[in-house]
Formats: sequence, C-alpha cells, structure tokens
Amino acid sequence: MSTVSMTVNGKAVCGEVESRTLLVQFLRENLGLTGTHVGCDTSQCGACVIHVNGKSVKSCTMLAIQADGADVTTIEGLADEAGLHPMQQAFMDNHGLQCGFCTPGMVMSALDIVNRNGNELDESTVRKELEGNICRCTGYHNIVKAVQAGAKAMGGS
Amino acid sequence: MIENGIGASVRRKEDQRFLIGKGNYTDDINVAGQTHAVFVRSPHAHAEIKGIDCSDALAAPGVVAVLTGDDLAADGIGPLICGVTVTSDDGEPHRAPAHPALAQGKVNYVGDHVAIVIAETRAQARDAAELVDVDYSVLPAVIDTGSAADSGQPQIHEVAPDNVCYNWPFGDKEGVEAAFAGAHKVSKLDLVNNRMVTNPMEPRAALGEYNQGMDEITLHLTTQNPHVHRLVLSAFNQLAPEHKLRVVGPDVGGGFGAKIFVYAEELVVGWACRKIKRPVKWNGDRTEAFLADAHGRDHVSTAEMAMDENGKFLAMRVQTQANLGAYLSTFSTMVPSYLYAFLLAGQYSTPLIYSEVKAVFTNTAPVDACRGAGRPEATYLVERLVDICAADMGLDPAEIRRRNFIPVDAFPYQTPVVQCYDSGDYPAALDKAMELADYSGFSARAEEAKSRGKLRGIGLSSYVEACGIAPSAAVGQLGAGVGLWESAQVRFNPTGNVQVFTGTHSHGQGHETTFAQLVCDQLGVPIENIEVIHGDTARTQFGMGTYGSRSLAVGGVAIARACDKLIAKGKKIAAHALEAAEGDIEFVDGNFSVAGTDKAMNIAEVAFTAYVPHSYPEGVEPGFDENAFFDPTNFSFPAGTHICEVEVDPDTGVVEVVKYSAVDDFGRLINPMIVEGQVHGGIAHGVGQALLEGCSYDSEGQLVTASYMDYAMPRADNLPSFDIDYAPTNPPDNPLGVKGCGEAGAIGAPPAVINAISNALGVRHIDMPATPEAVWRAAQQAAAVSA
Amino acid sequence: MYEFNYRKVDSVAAAVEAMQQAEDGKFVAGGQTMLPTMKHRLASPSDLIDLGGVAELTVVNVEDGNLTVGAMTTHAAVAASAEVQRAIPALARLAGNIGDPAVRNRGTIGGSIANHDPAADYPAAVIALGATVQTSKRAIPAEEFFTGMFETALEEDEIVTSVSFPLPEAAAYMKFENPASRYAIVGVFVAKTGGEVRVGVTGATACAHRGLLLEEAMGGELDASGIDSVELPVEQMNSDIHASAEYRAHLVKVMTKRAVEACR
Ligand SMILES: Cc1cc2nc3c(=O)[nH]c(=O)nc-3n(C[C@H](O)[C@H](O)[C@H](O)COP(=O)(O)OP(=O)(O)OC[C@H]3O[C@@H](n4cnc5c(N)ncnc54)[C@H](O)[C@@H]3O)c2cc1C
Ligand code: FES
Ligand code: FES
Repeated sequence: MSTVSMTVNGKAVCGEVESRTLLVQFLRENLGLTGTHVGCDTSQCGACVIHVNGKSVKSCTMLAIQADGADVTTIEGLADEAGLHPMQQAFMDNHGLQCGFCTPGMVMSALDIVNRNGNELDESTVRKELEGNICRCTGYHNIVKAVQAGAKAMGGS
Repeated sequence: MIENGIGASVRRKEDQRFLIGKGNYTDDINVAGQTHAVFVRSPHAHAEIKGIDCSDALAAPGVVAVLTGDDLAADGIGPLICGVTVTSDDGEPHRAPAHPALAQGKVNYVGDHVAIVIAETRAQARDAAELVDVDYSVLPAVIDTGSAADSGQPQIHEVAPDNVCYNWPFGDKEGVEAAFAGAHKVSKLDLVNNRMVTNPMEPRAALGEYNQGMDEITLHLTTQNPHVHRLVLSAFNQLAPEHKLRVVGPDVGGGFGAKIFVYAEELVVGWACRKIKRPVKWNGDRTEAFLADAHGRDHVSTAEMAMDENGKFLAMRVQTQANLGAYLSTFSTMVPSYLYAFLLAGQYSTPLIYSEVKAVFTNTAPVDACRGAGRPEATYLVERLVDICAADMGLDPAEIRRRNFIPVDAFPYQTPVVQCYDSGDYPAALDKAMELADYSGFSARAEEAKSRGKLRGIGLSSYVEACGIAPSAAVGQLGAGVGLWESAQVRFNPTGNVQVFTGTHSHGQGHETTFAQLVCDQLGVPIENIEVIHGDTARTQFGMGTYGSRSLAVGGVAIARACDKLIAKGKKIAAHALEAAEGDIEFVDGNFSVAGTDKAMNIAEVAFTAYVPHSYPEGVEPGFDENAFFDPTNFSFPAGTHICEVEVDPDTGVVEVVKYSAVDDFGRLINPMIVEGQVHGGIAHGVGQALLEGCSYDSEGQLVTASYMDYAMPRADNLPSFDIDYAPTNPPDNPLGVKGCGEAGAIGAPPAVINAISNALGVRHIDMPATPEAVWRAAQQAAAVSA
Repeated sequence: MYEFNYRKVDSVAAAVEAMQQAEDGKFVAGGQTMLPTMKHRLASPSDLIDLGGVAELTVVNVEDGNLTVGAMTTHAAVAASAEVQRAIPALARLAGNIGDPAVRNRGTIGGSIANHDPAADYPAAVIALGATVQTSKRAIPAEEFFTGMFETALEEDEIVTSVSFPLPEAAAYMKFENPASRYAIVGVFVAKTGGEVRVGVTGATACAHRGLLLEEAMGGELDASGIDSVELPVEQMNSDIHASAEYRAHLVKVMTKRAVEACR
C-alpha cells in the first residue's frame, strides 16, 4: 500500500492504495465520488472520462498512483451553488441523456472538446470527437446538439 | 390550460441528479461489512465437470467463502425458470432442461456459472477465483443455429432430443399451400437475423444484504422489473418468501431487455448473503456482460410470398430456426413464437399466413428479448420480403406497399395471425415519410453521388409492432405464467404534494417526468410538487416492470385511473365543504367548484381536509390516497414508415447512412421531447444491428466478439442526425390514446438500412450486419453480373 | 490486475537501472495498452517502471532536416504540435486519428512502436519515412525495428528515447479502421523523401512492413496507375472476423492509391 495525494474538484485529498488501484477505483471507492462510471474493460466506452491536469483521460486506464500530485476534475466538480455548468444545462435542455450512465463521461469529454476546438462546433467535429464515448440510449442525436449548445453557452453568447 | 401537462416537452426531472454525478446505480451503493463476489465461469462451451477443488481458493488472502452448485442444491435453491410455455407440434410443452444457477455436473456455454468466490475485496476475490481448480472433460459443442437440430449433432440436454426446444407451426397451412399453388408469382428469400449482444452501458450488478434480526433479504439489482424478480426468486427459486424479500432496482443504466431476466448471479448473491451472513456485492464487468447477459435475435429463416398479377399479397409462408442458447432464459420461449409470428402480417392485408418455428438449443449464451424482441425479427423478414416482391413484380417499393396496406377504414383490423390492430393510417405515414425524405428527389441525389464515385441507395420500411404488453387473459391463454396488468398508487400528502407509485421501472425512459406530467395534467398539481416513485418492492405495491413499450400504455393508464378515483372522492369532500350537492361539483385544472358559482377549493385544500377531517362528509374515509390496477384489453400497435438513405463506397464497401427519416404513429404524445429521444435511440440500435453488430462464436463455442474491440457498437460518427415526424391515429382500446415508442426505432430501422444498401448495390439481398467486406463483395458480384 | 511494485523514475538511466533490478519488470508509458493488458491479467510484471516523469523523453524538434519526437510525446501532443504540423503534416494527422481524444492524451509514440501492435498506426509512418529509432543503447533503422507481431528489436532493458524522421517532400497516411476497435484493419503511409518513394503498411500482416511490391509498381514516383495490377501475397495477410486476407490485400491497394493521391 502507498499513500497518494491529489487535488480533486478543488479539494486536497489523500488515501491508501495498492499499486494496482485504478484512478477510477480511487475516486469511486476511496472518495465516494460515484459519478464517474465504469462501462467496459477495454478502455473504449468513455463512461469513466475525467480531467487530469486539465486534459480528458480514461480514469479506468490510469493508476491512482500515477495521479499523485495531480489536479483532478470529475463530474461532481462542475456545478456550483449558482447551478449547473452550461454544458450540464445544455445536456438537460437538449435531452442529451436517458439512463444517465454514459452522461458523466460525455459531459467531461464535451468540455475537453470545447477546450481544444472552441465554442463554435460543427456537427461532424462533435461526432468525430466523441469517438471514445459510447451511448446505448440516445442515438447521439441529442448529445451532439447538447455539446454544440453547451459550447456556445460557454462562450457566453 | 395546464402548464407542464400532456403534450409539453418538459425538461426531465431525473436529469439533475444524473448530470451532477449523483445518480444512484447499483454499483454506487456500498454497505458496511460488504464482501465482494466473483464468479468462476466455464472456459468451455460444453464440458462435464469431473470435480471442483476449492481448497487453494479458500486458503487465499481475504477469502470468505467459495460456493458451488453442490452447496446450492443442498440448500434447495433454484433452478432458474422460463415463465412462458409454448406447446410443441407433438402436443407436449416445450422441452425445458434444468437450469441450475451454479453448474451441477456440466457446463453448457462459455461463461456458464461454476462457482462463486467471496472475499473482502474484489481484487482478492478475483485472485482467488483463479485458484478454483475445475476438472473439465470437454465435450463436442453445438454452435450454429441453422444446423443445431441436424442429425449427428452432439446432444446438449437429455430432455431435448436433437437439441429441439419446440417445433411450433402456426396458421392455415392448407390454405397457404393452395394460395401458393394458384399464385401468379412467388417471391422467396433466405435471410439471417443476426445475433446481438444487448449492451446497456451499465453492466449488471447485484448487492445482497441479509437482516438476521428480521430474517429478510434485500437485493439491489440492475433490474427492469423488481417485482417480477421478487416473485420469481421467491415463488420458483425458494430464495425467501415474498414478504421477506425486498428487491430494489435503483437507477439503472439502460436495459433494452437484458435486465428483465432473472439471472444466476442475482439468485446466487441473494442466497450467499444469507449463507455467510454478510452483505455480498457482485459487479459484472463488460466481458461478463458479453459472455453471460442474455443475447438477442439469432434466427435463420426462409420467407415466401404468393402474389397475384397486380402484386397483391395472397399468402405468406415462413420457416424459422431460432437459437435459444444453452438454457431457457426467463421469457425466451415466447420471443421467436408469440412475439414474432403474430406480427408477420406487418402492415399488409395478406389474408393467409403460415409459419413454422423450430427453437433450438446450442452451446451459446441464453437468448431472450432484446429491444423489440421478436418484432424486429418479424419486421425485418416482412419488409425485406416485400422489397423482393417489388423487384420481382417490377414495382416501386412504395407502390407495392401501398397496394397491400390494410386500408384505413378497416380498423380495428383482425389479422390472420391473432392480433387485432387497434388503429392505423399506414398510407399517411408513408406519404409523410416520403415527403420528409424527399423521396422524389432521390434519383438526382443518386446521380450526384455517382459523379463522386459513390453508390447511393434508398430503402423503405413500413413496420407495425405490438406493445403495451399485455392483456392478461390473452397472454394467459398463450401460456404465460403471469398477468401483465399494471398497478399505481397516487398519494397526496396533507400539505398537498403528491407521490405517485408505479409498478413500472424507468431505466432511461424518463417516467419520473412523463408520469408526473400525466398527474399534473389530470389533477392540476404543479409538476414540481409531484414525485414519481418506482423500482422498490418495499415502496410500490406490485408491478410488472418495464419492457415491451408498456409503461405508459399500461402503467400510465393505471395512474390515470387512480387519479380518477381521487377526483371522485375529492368531489364528495368538496361538496361537503362548499355546502353543495356532489353532482354540482366540477373539477377543472385542479379546482373543485360548484357549477355556476364562484365557490371553489383547490385539490390541495381537499387533500388537507381529507387528512384533517374535522368537518367531513359522513361515510367517507379520511385520507387522500388511491390505488388502481389496469389490465389492457388489447395490445397497442405503433406503426410507421422509416426511410434510410445510404452511400456506399464501392472500393471499400463502407456504408454511410446519409439521411434517415422516420414517421411514426404512437398515438398521443405526452412528452414529445422524450418520445423523440426514444426514437433516436431505437434507430441507432437498429442501424447498429444492420451495419455493425454481429455477435459471433467460433466453432468451439468461444465468443469471438467478447469486447468492444471486436463487437462494433454504433458511435456518434456512425450515424447522422435523424428527421423525425409523426402521423398519429387514435387507438380506441387505450384510455389515454397512447401506443408506446421505446422499441419502434429498433424494429423499423434494420430493414430500412438493408433495403437501402440492396438498392444502392442493385443486389437482391445482403445479410446483416452489412460489414464493409460483405458490402464490398456484394458490390464486386453486382459489378461482375452487370459487366 | 495482479499487484506489482510501482517505480517512478525521472531519468532514462534510472529507468534502465530499475529495470535491471526488477525480477520481471515492464516499462509503462501512457499505459493505454499496458494497463488494459494487465487488467485482463494477460501481463503480470513484478515491477512497473513509469516513464511518465522522464522529462528528457518529451522533446519535439526539427534539426538538420530531421524531425525528432521524444518517446513520451503523447499522440495529442504530436497532433497539436505546430512543429510537427509544419514538418510532416501527415504525421500530425496520423497521431490525431489514433484512438480517441482521451487515449491520445495518454498514449505515446514510444509506447506505440515499442508495443508494435500489428494494427497500430505509427509503425507505418516510421517505416515509410525511413525513421531512426533512438534507444537508450543505440540507433535502430525503422526496417530493423519491427521484427514480428508484438515484437521489436528492443532488448528487455532498452528504452526507446525518441524517433527521428527525415523530412519528406510529400507524405500521406490512409487508414481503414476496424469498425469495432478503430485500430487499422489496413493503414498505408506513402512518403517521398530525398526523391525516393517508400510505402509503409500496417494492419495487413503480422508485422508492419515496407510495401516493396507497391513501391516497385510506382517506379519511384507518386504514381498510382500501376497499383491495381500488383499481386500482393494474400497468404501472408491477416484474416479475422472483420476482414479476410483477400479483402485486406484489396484494401492495401485502395489505401495506397488514396495515399498517393493525397500526396499530390
Ligand atoms: C481505446 C483505444 C483505442 C486505440 N486506438 C488505437 C489506434 O487507432 N491506433 C493505434 O496505433 N493505437 C491505438 N491504441 C493504442 C494506443 O495508441 C497506445 O497508446 C499505444 O499503443 C501504447 O502507447 P502507450 O504510451 O500507452 O504505452 P504503454 O501502454 O504504456 O506501453 C506499451 C508497451 O510498450 C512498452 N513501452 C512503452 N514505452 C516504452 C519506451 N519508451 N521504451 C520501451 N518500451 C516502452 C511498455 O513496456 C509496454 O510493453 C488505442 C488504445 C486504446 C485504449
Ligand atoms: S470504463 Fe473507462 S473507457 Fe470504459
Ligand atoms: S444515456 Fe444511457 S448510455 Fe447514454
């Protein structure tokens, strides 16, 4: 067992982990942040996407130890007192979720898309950029709309 | 007009918690003292178990228990059951081999359950599971659907000679034969309905807790129907008496059928937590979902249509071999029989239909309902065959459909295959869809595509399905072990807010919103004051759960009925308070008023009065809380036309869906936003089946497509945005005028896609999934023929 | 995953030393292949030596007509690098199409070529561009580096430190994706460097290789007119549920033609 410490959603946290403890396990089991999900075992579905040092990663494919000292943001870290983050709001307004299982990963990936591609996103860019996020419920139609609308809203227009 | 009532695209109430990461899925729940379970699964498709040595596993760090089929048998638990009887052609019920939850002497598919290892951590359980030493003697396996019943095949179950579960002929054989003999033309098609892995994104999980003081078990499960789970686990599997077993289906991350069934893991976890007197948690991973979730589809069929000289359908004949896998899953038997053959009329007035279904066992995972269940198989067969008929008659695919549609004035329409369609206007949906798809502009688009070296094709699919499952008397006659009514309770609290308890279960469908809208509309209570509660046998009276697009059409009506009762009672209370005759009380938009006066009180005040009955009508019970059950008198029959347009790259065989238009009749829409989302998801599922998803076993019975590395799930870049519209009719049998929309897309889409590809390539048929290689080969052949 | 010793190092020398001390050590770079493999218990190293903190492995520069990319440069960094986009835009595009954005944020060029998945993208580029793989011990020419399926010329304790690509006059990569995994069923990288045309092929066979028959048919020019008549050895092609050997052979030619087209 070793001790890891990191900043998660702005708070300093630490915990005891085995070397083999995945970052997603640390978040879910040690920190009780169960918003980050596990939908596959081949690093493909994206239900586990979070941000580490500002970049999207699959938390099922990173060791907790590797995040020692990192700045981590999960779905729980987006909304504040004032309400939902604009991207979360866009998912609600555009019915971009059904069962909600893929949703945390979708939202975190969406933010990463905006970070890299800006606030004006065309449909094909969004579809291509969502390659690593699988949704069985929505057929993606409304997710794509939500990401576009959320991106715009983040730009303040 | 009521805000947020019927017809409004109200934002979903459930979204808040999902969006901030506060959903409560089974794996999110942890309890003090919890242990973790891992299942030892068979690596072989078919093998005898000579012995199991658990000693090394038991000695491994953190291990609490290792239990096998012997322990289960000793405690008299199980076996798993199949709840629907199909009578075979010899007059006997279908062959039902024993289905132990942990193998007893034999394993029958890769992934079959052999033992459960329970340890302090999941990692320890997994480490120890590798130490369970199972001595297998491998037997030859039966894998292929089409040849499973051939002579000389290995036998899987003694009770099922030739691996046949049932032979089920249905319809007027002689009449059909006579019609074929006198036909102007017969069109014929061999086709395969590919096996799918249902793949809700949340893998299955179970958490069992035993309360020794109360002698009670609580099971949190990824279930679409907690009460059905409780009933089966209790009545048939001897887990615990119903009143000592609580089943909770918390937030569930998609189901699509896969979470209807009672699985081995669920029973074993429930049993084990009592045995070790500690909570036991099992969380399946995706590999286990591929291996051991019930799969869907898997038919091999021949279909024939007899026509007159105008292309009128005279009779249809179908032969289907359906794979049920190694054991019978909970509802498996009814899928290729009642849910399939009864839909073979499609949207057409074909007067005579005869089908023969042979259901077979193979050494593969059990096969059961998957989004659509039987209806996608029927629709695919009919709508492919109709396109073949059009080609053989030299008619446009739209024209041959039009000539054979059940006329609008023929509803309710009794088909030759049991079902009596409630309402429909098939030409209207076709016309609207053709307009939406700009059907008439297709040839210009095809020309333009050609100039870019692409082959463009267009395909129609005019489907009808039966949902709103189901009238209990009808399913009882057919051999179902349960009734399929639904229950509801609508409870006012003294302060005027409302709790709605439903026996249906939401795992993405948005019931917490739609049902609240229903109540809001009927009772005039603001939607934020209404809470819909589902998924817990300890909170709702009973219910049959959610599948077969039944929740609104059946469960919604039960809620409306409970609301009716509240209004009737409220009138009595209001009449007393307002000093008027009960007959003079009107109820409009949440207010009880005395007709022709301005004397009124709102429903919250009535509720308060009912709980604080200081001045109260004589003979009326206090309280404002009503129950209702609803048993439908008929199925409901959503229908529509979907039109798919594709572009094929003939050099690589890659198919791009460039345009997809759907016009559906779901009756009345309560929340159009949610309905549209259901249609999108269904279409994606159907396009997935047509283009991407092919579950495949090798000849030894190893699952080749056991992960997303090999099983292609539809992703955002595989799909276009969809054009959706409606052509509603008013179903007379449903009190709310609703039909059901959850499966339509998955039913309508596959033939639309394959018809479009066949059209693009100019070929008669291509099997699903139409992978790039398959399409490339078909394009090569078509080019060779035309050269 | 089995338990292991986690070793974080900050220099190549320390990494090599850690490896030499380990009973059965493995390096981990982005972990995008290593960790899934360990999760499935298909690898069980005693020690996992994390190259994540080795700063010297993340250089990207152009010097003396060579683009050098440090082994720990992520796919995302290569795709977004202005330097790479200027020097070899086809390489930036290739990197930007590996896996998905989250995978690209972790996965590295060193890990990709050291792993040598027969369906990986980078090997085609490394071969077609005539790159040199720099390791902690030596410089290995591309064609000697990839030796077989999941096999390379690397020794146990040898670390890829960077890959040096001579700058081409023209280059393009065409990938035919596996519909499920999105790896390459076939990927063809065509490059013209110093007047010579080279073709690198991945996905088609057990080992990424130079498409000598295709190069011959092009006669040293970016001219695809002779590609159709090339007879590729179908019996050497991979075959699986996604693509038969015959189809793969066909796709190699189609992707070659498209890559040549994209070069012009
Ligand atoms: C969902 C998904 C999709 C993917 N799609 C693609 C794709 O389309 N195309 C593609 O090419 N790849 C794809 N990959 C693989 C991805 O590119 C990996 O990042 C890459 O193959 C391995 O790089 P890594 O840095 O993650 O290496 P690791 O996983 O850390 O290591 C891989 C192997 O290389 C060794 N190694 C790593 N670095 C070095 C070094 N510097 N010196 C010596 N040995 C080293 C390790 O010991 C290990 O054996 C995909 C991966 C995932 C999870
Ligand atoms: S759980 Fe991480 S990608 Fe699926
Ligand atoms: S909303 Fe259910 S998987 Fe995406």
